[in-house]
This record gives sequence, structure tokens and C-alpha cells, in this order.
Amino acid sequence: MKFTLSWLKEYLETDANLDKISQTLTAIGLEVEEIIDRREELAPFTVAEVLEAEQHPNADRLRVCKVNNGSEILQIVCGAPNARAGIKVALASVGVEIPTNGLKIKKSKIRDIESCGMLCSADELGIGSDAAGIIELPEDAVVGQPFASFVGADDPLIEIAITPNRGDCLGVYGIARDLAAAGLGTLKSEGVTTEEFQEVLDDGTFASDITVSIENAPKCSFFIGRTIKNVKNGESPEWLKRRLESVGLRPISALVDITNYITMCFGRPSHVYDAGKLTGNLVVRDAKDGEEIAALDDKNYSLKEGMTVIADDKGPVAIGGIIGGAETGCEAETTDIFLEVALFDAIATAQTGRLLQIDSDARYRFERGVAASTLKHFMTITRLINEICGGDNSTPVVAGSIPMERRSLEFDLGSIKQKLGVDITREEVEKFLTSLGFELEDKGDQLLVKIPSWRPDVAIAEDIVEEVARLYGYDNIPTVMLDKNIGDGQALSAEIAKLYQIKQSLAARGMREVTSYSFMPRKHAELFAEDVTLVELANPISQDLSTMRPSILPNLIAAISSNAARGYADLALFEVGPIFHGDTPDAQFRVASGVRVGGAHAKDHYGDVRKVDVFDVKADALAVLSDYVKVDNLRVSREVPSYYHPGRSGALCLGKNAVAYFGELHPAVAKQLDIGMDVMCFEVYVHKAPAPKAKKSAARAKLELSNYQAVARDFAFLVDEKTEVADILASVQKVDRNLIREVLLFDVYQGKGVEEGKKSVAINITLQAQDRTLVDADIEAIASKVIANVEKATGGVLRG
Amino acid sequence: MSELTQLRDEAQAAIAQASDLQSLDQVRVNFLGKSGVISSKMKTLGSLPPEERKTVGADLNRLKGEVAKAIESSKAALELAALNARLQEEVIDVTAPVRAENEGSIHPISQVIDEVVAIFAKQGFVVEQGPEIEDDFHNFTALNIPESHPARQMHDTFYFPEDDEGNRKLLRTHTSSVQIRAMKDKKPPFRMICPGRTYRCDSDITHSPMFHQIEGLFIDKNIHMGHLKGCLTEFVQTFFGIDEVPVRFRPSFFPFTEPSAEMDIGYVREKGEFKLGKGKDGSHDWMEILGCGMVHPNVLKNVGIDPEDYQGFAFGVGIERIAMLKYGIADLRTFFEGDVRWLKHYGF
Repeated sequence: MKFTLSWLKEYLETDANLDKISQTLTAIGLEVEEIIDRREELAPFTVAEVLEAEQHPNADRLRVCKVNNGSEILQIVCGAPNARAGIKVALASVGVEIPTNGLKIKKSKIRDIESCGMLCSADELGIGSDAAGIIELPEDAVVGQPFASFVGADDPLIEIAITPNRGDCLGVYGIARDLAAAGLGTLKSEGVTTEEFQEVLDDGTFASDITVSIENAPKCSFFIGRTIKNVKNGESPEWLKRRLESVGLRPISALVDITNYITMCFGRPSHVYDAGKLTGNLVVRDAKDGEEIAALDDKNYSLKEGMTVIADDKGPVAIGGIIGGAETGCEAETTDIFLEVALFDAIATAQTGRLLQIDSDARYRFERGVAASTLKHFMTITRLINEICGGDNSTPVVAGSIPMERRSLEFDLGSIKQKLGVDITREEVEKFLTSLGFELEDKGDQLLVKIPSWRPDVAIAEDIVEEVARLYGYDNIPTVMLDKNIGDGQALSAEIAKLYQIKQSLAARGMREVTSYSFMPRKHAELFAEDVTLVELANPISQDLSTMRPSILPNLIAAISSNAARGYADLALFEVGPIFHGDTPDAQFRVASGVRVGGAHAKDHYGDVRKVDVFDVKADALAVLSDYVKVDNLRVSREVPSYYHPGRSGALCLGKNAVAYFGELHPAVAKQLDIGMDVMCFEVYVHKAPAPKAKKSAARAKLELSNYQAVARDFAFLVDEKTEVADILASVQKVDRNLIREVLLFDVYQGKGVEEGKKSVAINITLQAQDRTLVDADIEAIASKVIANVEKATGGVLRG
Repeated sequence: MSELTQLRDEAQAAIAQASDLQSLDQVRVNFLGKSGVISSKMKTLGSLPPEERKTVGADLNRLKGEVAKAIESSKAALELAALNARLQEEVIDVTAPVRAENEGSIHPISQVIDEVVAIFAKQGFVVEQGPEIEDDFHNFTALNIPESHPARQMHDTFYFPEDDEGNRKLLRTHTSSVQIRAMKDKKPPFRMICPGRTYRCDSDITHSPMFHQIEGLFIDKNIHMGHLKGCLTEFVQTFFGIDEVPVRFRPSFFPFTEPSAEMDIGYVREKGEFKLGKGKDGSHDWMEILGCGMVHPNVLKNVGIDPEDYQGFAFGVGIERIAMLKYGIADLRTFFEGDVRWLKHYGF
């Protein structure tokens, strides 16, 4: 909401300066967004009169002017085509700085002719866009005075943010009322003759030949209108044009300007029709599906049932509360008009406005609630039309009923202390509320508060508390520190704490955490959506962000690509975040995902850099899972989603449930994602890991260390090349869980010396007893059981 | 020259000549070994007359001691020389870089959430989480934002297609929806904070379609606006590590709080440098840091809590915003780009 200081002062009697006004506005909830105050900057520019303008002897386009600045006659060379004798101009004397370009005016010679100053264009002074000619001031401008006041440029512009509950401040008068209530001055009268219903009904000299009916109340609850004949439309008077321009509105014609002006003054939209273009009477009704209207914004709208229109016999002439029709609008030649002042429902107006995507000043106000005090504004608009355009008024025509009943509520004065924690005296509370227009009735500890018609937002006691609080000043409410000894300081549930922990684990493994969008292109999502219902947005910001991610991997791979394009190709990235396998709460869960590409680390001078492989990401997945389960309890399976390389990937399972996948990205998927590297990936479905127990004992199992000698033995088995080493290791482990302390795989070999289709698997077993030193016989016994078990489990034989 | 003197000279010469430990050891063997020169001489003592045997024996023993000592000291010298020579050899260029290792890092959003949670944990708050694809009730209706409320337009909402019954789900526009879920499930009093991803369909230099918020809620019997001011002042001062950072609260509007407020903090620009707090002369400007207010009674009613019995405050903070302010990150969009140079620079 924009307004100027002088406009505000039309309604607010105040000595406060702009600074104080600005601070108060923000303090009472009308947040100042911008103030443009050019008074100081433009002060040195004065009104001067051009006495003579002669052709410059040495330049076709220049003129040599004699200019009266009020105290002397200056010679100024000017290039403007409109520089001529008799006009009043804005003068920059020697020494003055031009605000838009910082140029300082000096006495100089222009093509050999002395020039002592500059005549300015609107563009140069930043008060308009006209750069072609110099400013021509009105004739009544006083030579020698600062020029700004004669073009309204001395009037500071204030822009405030209005929260959706404060429709009453979408007019300058409402802002003035709030400031007056905050103690910044006195609210002036709105200048209305009457708002007595009967008096209003009697106002006018003839009966309107256009009548109004409402068919779709309560979408339109009240309509008052009148015919005004013999008006003279045309340009608005200077003051009105200037006022509208000062807040960025373009003057159109007096009649239109008047309605816009009243909108800005009182937050009250209205409309004038060219009565000559209306056919028959007006009716406020629901639009019919497919009805069309050409609106004043030069667009055609196709209407839907449920929208409110004002229609004549031929069809819609306005969209209720939003915009008027072009065909029945006022033009310069208009002589007879029909004035509409009506009340449209906030919600219905909002819905229609949203569907049609029309952002008009009227819609903006109706959807925030326009004061029901319609009669007052009806009379104000009538008077202003008569004042500027003349005309003969019909008696008003009305339809519907004014919501006469004033809402009220019983307010418990104790709730001030209860909600704000501060005692505010009853006198002060009453003063605040009264000055905002609330009417109060004493009910002992309670106040019966009658809510003014312009405050539809106030409905409950808390609203009253806020009114009191904002005038009392939020800053004056004492600050109370919270008791810090409440709770155990453990903000995180065990489950959430784990998520923090796994981020640390992955970072410690040299991975960088990224945060990527939860949505991605559908074509990428599809590659990762085996057995998953993709969830797609109805209104994505772009097609590249249309689908909720079924996996984080595509985003991580995209990050790999963009980093690689910048020359960073040895990468390890991870993200712990949500994925979406449906739209129910159960189908949204967190995963820890990571990718690695390129070398296992950066190049260095210690030798060749190993390329990352499947076992790096397997280790990553295990590192994450080790925060949840005993890694020994995990089984590796080969059942993986289709986007993994079938031969180079695996699943880590607890029982039958896969809790993590790891492996190389499927080459076909890599191709689709246009990534020319071998990408190692992992995904840990942390929600499938057993939930951490909240109050698990911190104590670990008793540690029993043997003092007896440990012995190690190596075995090499010849097995089928398809045999999985996990089976061999498990069969060895099973031999004697007490004596076998550790089983290590240390070699897998195929090639010379090993027959085709077989591989040699070498393991190292550490044996140790708790109660004695093992003797050869013990070791031999274990060794033969190892050989027997491996043979039984895998068909492997000891290599000779 | 006596035989022993000659022997001593020979030994000394041999020791002096031995230039390494191996030849020195050979000298030791030659002179002191079991069949060395001195030992052989010892063995001949028996054939000498008793008088002579005694003196020659003593002389031989002395000689043996002298030679042994000379060998020891030569050995020490040679060992030292050998060590020095080895150390001379073993010089490496320690200015060379260490073995390359991948450097991991934590994203600033995780870090800041962590920091914020820690501050509120000290004030007794616990973390709650909830789904990001929400329904209309939890995101809007329960929060006193009915359909067609102008406030719904303040939230440029991402929607999903309507289902068969005409309901459409949405991406939560704030994490207040989590508070609704938690309040429905549990009994007051509550002190909770809800960090997480939030979504608005808006994208430009200062808006990202996805961002993070922490919303907080404190509901108890007698929690009033003074507590709200205390709790949030404590948070801002601790988070930014500035005791004297000026704060102010001013009236605002949110459908789910009444009274509502926005909290501003002071900042200055000195020589083009942005700084939170006051300038040298004590002056400063204000910038908005968070929204807050007393929970609207309708919100409490919507989750089955009697607003006559309970009241309290709620607030919401943008994580990226405070991360940018605290750590001097200039561009919102860079948070989500995954540029490793950025992650290295701003990560933890």
C-alpha cells in the first residue's frame, strides 16, 4: 500500500515528522517497506522563468536563454526543443548536483557562449520519464521558490506492507486512524454529509430509470446505486491527477479517477457504468458457464458458474467485486452514469479472482473484507462526482440489506495479563480500543466490545489482546527467560540422533554431504522406480522438478556430472534425506545414499590411485548400518533393484529384508543419465533397520581375554569359480565358535596352476583357547574339521 | 722393542686401519679371539719360568684390556660414523604433501539445524518429525487457514493431483503440520521443535522451491508473550554468538497465532561489510529474522486441547536464512547445487 505524507495528513492532524511516523507504523504492525523522500535532494532546484530563448550562433540544436531566477537574470545554454520564452522551468544553479547522474553544475562555455546553470528534464531529476524536453511548471509556480512542490515531488512516498487481516488499512484513512490511536495525532473527519439510511434514500431529485436486484445473496449482500445525468467527464483536476500519480496510478478520466481515488482513500471499491450503454436493469447473479465478458483490462474472460456478475439484459457488465466490463465503461463523451457501491463476499471474490487470475485493486480489498459502512462512501463518491463532473442525482436504488448488526464480544480484562504477562491499566486498554473505533460497555471485570464494521478480522478475545498489545508496544512487554532446568536436555529421539550419527560416519569416510531437491525430472525418476508408485506434482515449477524422488541417487549422479564438467571427477557425495514411494506417511522415508566415482582419493606422488569399486560403497553401507546393527548379522544377497549392475552389486539383508543396496550403477541407466563414468552407489533404508532402543543400557558384554598363545593356520581351497566366499567363511566359522577367533580371507586366485572353472581361495584362521595353550592335536583336529566343513558346504578341496 | 710393545703397536695400527665394523670385528678376532694373537700368547705362558710367567702374564692381561678398550672405542666411533652416514642417506623431502585422502564434510543445513536444536534442547524442547507430503487438514485447516483464506495465497503451494474423492495432497509449506500431528498424538504440555524440508512453488534469486524451516511450539498452562520474547531472544543471541544483538518484536499476522509478531535483529553495513549487531556508534538497521506469536485458540481446539486450560507460543525460522547470515553465504540457490568447491568452503 502506497501513500504520500500529504495524503496521510488530509486525515491525520499531526506534528510528528516522517521518521516518527515511519517508526510508529512499523511498531503497530503496518511495516514500512520503503520511504522515498526527495525533499532534501530536490531542495536546491528552484523555479525560474525563461525570458528569452535565442538560437545559439554556433549550434543548430542549442538555444541561448535568458532566465530569471528571482534575484538575477542568468544566461543558460539549453538543448531542449521546448525551451522558449515565457515558460517556468526547474533551474539547477551553478554548484547544484543533478541527483540521477551526480553531475555538478559549473559555469562553462558551450560552443563559445557562457552558460550559468542548467534547465532540467523530469528524467534528470528522477521525477518522470520525459527526457526529451525540460520540465514546464504550472503558471502559478513562484519564481525563486523550490520547484518540487509545484510538481508534487516534495511529498514523501511511503510504502507499507499490509498483512491479510488488515483490509481496513488498504485506504489512507484507515492508516491515519491507526496512527491516531497510537498517539500520533488526531484523526480528521471523513467529510461525509450523512449515513442515515433514510436521509440517503431521500437524496436525489428523480427516480433512477435503472434498478438493481440481487439473485445470489450472500455473495453480494448489499448494492446501492444511482443514476447521475448530465455529467461532464474529461481530465481530472490537477490535484486529483497528481494524487493518483503520486502512488503510481495512471489518471484515466475524471469519473474513473474518482472511483480509484475513493478506493485509495477509504479502501472502498466502486464502479461507474455509462448508463447510456446499459440495456434494461441490473441484476447481481451467478454467472452461467461459458458466459463471456470483455473487461476493462482489455482481456476477455470466460466465466464459470458460481462467479458473481452484474448483468444487464444483454449479459454481464462487470465481474462482481473484481473488474468492470469494457463495453459499458465510461468514456470522455459519457454524460449519464450509473454508480455502483456494493458489498461482495470475501471468499467468493477470492475464489473468482484466483480462477480468472485477475489482480485488481477491488479484488484485493474485497477478499480482505470491505467495511460494511457502504452508505457513507456512496455519499462521498456522489459528492465528489458532482463537485468535479457536475450532474443530476437520482434517488438511490438499493438491493439486499446492509449488515446493520454490529458484532460484539465479551472481553475479560484478565486475559491481557494472562496472554501478555504484563498489567495494562483498564484506562489504557479502554483508551486504545476506543481510539480504534471499538465501542465499549462496562460489564464489571468484563468489557462488552462492539467491533467496528471495518474490522472484520476481529472476532475473539485474542484479537482484542493483539489490538491492545500493538498499541501498548510489543517492545514494552517484559521479556521472561525460560526456566532452563526443565527436561533432560535430550532433544533428539534415539531415531533422529541416529540420523545425525550416520552423517558423521559418512563424512568421516571422506564423503561430502549434499542437500538436493526432493523432486526431479520424471524420466530420471522412472529409471529408479521399480515397484514404486511415482508421485507427481500437479503444479511443478518446471518439468525438471516434476516428480517426487523415488531415490536420491539420480540427484547425486546429477551432482557428479556437474562437478565433473568443472573438472572435479574424483568424488564421494552422500545425502541423508527423504524419498517418496507413495504419498502416504508410511511411503515417505529417509534413506542414506551415496555415490563414488573416479579415484579412491586425489592423485598424489605415492603411487597409482586405486579406482573406487563396489567394495568402497559396500563399506559405506556397512558403516551406516553399523550404527544400527551388528554387521555380522547381515547377509549379502544378489537381489537388487534393476538400476544396479546385476553382476556387481548386492543387497545387505537382515533375515529376508534388504536394508541396503550397494554396487555399480547399471550401465544402461548410466547411459540414460548421460554419465560416462563407472558410478558406485549405495542406499541404506535406515527405517528398515531395527529401531534403536531408547533406553538401551550403555554397558557392553563382559570382555574375556585369553592369556594363552594364539596360533594361526593358512588354508587354500580349490572351489568352483561360482562359489561365494561368504559361504566358505561361514562354513569355517561354524567349525568351533569358541576356538576360532578370526577367519580372514587373504587371497582369491584364478589362472596358472588353477584349473579352468575353479578358483583358489586362501584363508587365515586364528585359534585361541580360553583355558589352555593349544597343542598340535587340537590344531590338527580343528584343521580337519575345517577341511571337511568347507568340502561339505561348497565342494571345495584343500589345495595340495 | 719388546715383543708385547710390538704387539700393541700392531694392534693399534690394525684398529686404526679398520674402517668399518666388520674389519674391526676381524681385528678383535685376530687379537682377542680364542685363537687370536693375544690368546695364543696366553697359552704359551705355561712354558715360561714362573718368575717371568707372572710379569708377562700381567703384561699380556693389560695388553688384552687395552686392545679390548681400543676396539670398543673404535667400534663406538665407527657406529656413530655409520649412523651419521645412514642419516645422511636417509634424508627425504618432508615438504612433500601427505598421502591424498578424501575429505568429508557436513552440509551447512545439517550443521545449522544441529546448532539450533542444541540451543532449544537446553530450554527443554524436543525434536519431532513428520511427513512432507501432507494433507490439507494438517498443513492448513488445523492451523486455522480455511479454504479460500487469503493466507493460503501467501503459501504458494505445490499440490498433487486430486484423488477419486476430490482430495488433493500437497507438499507441506511449513513444518507446523508436524506440530499438529504431534499435538494430536500426545498430551500437553509440549515443548517441541520441528526441523525439516518445506516447499513453496516459487523460484528466483531469493526463493527456492525447497527450503528448510525449524518451527517451535511451547504449550503449557501459563506461557505468555513475555516467555516468547525470552525464549527467542535467548535463541538469537546464542545462535549468532552476539550478546548485545539488538532485537525487536513487531505486530504481524499469521492465521495460526494471535497475537502474531515478527522478530527483527539489528545489523550494520560498515564499509560495505555486513555485520549483525550494532555499529561502532551504536546505530543499526533492522532485518526480519523470524515469525512467531501466541498459538491461536482455534489451532488448539482443532487438536482437541481446551484453549481455556492451555496456551503458548509458536515460531518459525528459515534455516537457510540464518545459515546465510551466520556463515556469510551469499546465494540461497547454491545450497542445493552440490558443487564440491562450495561444500568444501562452507561445509563442516
